[in-house]
Amino acid sequence: MADASLAPNPSGGFWHGLANPARFQRLSSRLLPFLVIATIGFFLSGLYFGLIASPIDYQQKDTVRIMYVHVPAAWLAMASYSTLAVAGFVVLVWRHPLADVAGAAAAPIGAAFTFLALATGAIWGQPTWGTWWVWDARLTSVLILFFLFLGYIAIRNAFDERERAAKAAAILALVGAVNLPIIKFSVEWWNTLHQPASVTRLGAPAMHPDMLRPLLLMAAAYLCLFAVLLLLRMRLELARRRIEAMQIARAGAAEA
Amino acid sequence: MSAFLHMGGYAVFVWSAYGLAALTLIGLTVATVVSLKRASAELADLEALAPARRRRRRPAAPAAEEE
Repeated sequence: MADASLAPNPSGGFWHGLANPARFQRLSSRLLPFLVIATIGFFLSGLYFGLIASPIDYQQKDTVRIMYVHVPAAWLAMASYSTLAVAGFVVLVWRHPLADVAGAAAAPIGAAFTFLALATGAIWGQPTWGTWWVWDARLTSVLILFFLFLGYIAIRNAFDERERAAKAAAILALVGAVNLPIIKFSVEWWNTLHQPASVTRLGAPAMHPDMLRPLLLMAAAYLCLFAVLLLLRMRLELARRRIEAMQIARAGAAEA
Repeated sequence: MSAFLHMGGYAVFVWSAYGLAALTLIGLTVATVVSLKRASAELADLEALAPARRRRRRPAAPAAEEE
């Protein structure tokens, strides 16, 4: 009965026992300091070039600076969802428990980035388009992305059994992945108010280097922050699972 | 400096966008760190209460000491 904490029940035993977090903990401890320094460095330089050392747009004037917090948020929202989809695939195919931990950790981060993309987009839309919101394909598909993150979090909490929650969430993540190309190509497939891509396109980016610099610096900052938050939230998720397993074991020991 | 804060007349939009970004990202980071600290402390408490978990050969008496 004493080893019950490692195997509270036959199905839970797989998830708690196989999720050997020791290696992950060591690796993340080594990576985190570098990632934190990189995050701070990229944010400071990104903010300097974004707010001070970059020109205004001849049409948008100073509102173009909103791009440096808006576009990276949208990129990272999609990167976060890609993480969910890949994690879901690994959960379903190889049943690797750490992938489920990664999915659980990435979902709230993705929801935050998506919220930020939508909110800063609205703030940018008002002075440039004359409206906070419009139901065009780009904005609508990103709003759906936001609901997919919320749905993923909700479905995870809807199951008591960890393995079933992981499976259901993985399936949702994979099915929802069709939304990613829809977001990406929405500006080409439909006639949207949202402008098409000016960085990630074939050939040279249609943007002046002075504006591209802060954009890429802020994107690097967001990406590093995502990595920091992902590692921290994976540790949090592992700690929570461990607590749960130990509490079940203690309850079992008390009954015996 | 005031010209910088003025943002060519778009101060409300620019600064609210940056403020919201800071609030969201710092908020999520702080919430994550606080939850992680709390969970780690709780886990440490549980592990201190159940030392028998690692030493399976010995009697699991301390683990049974529920409050």
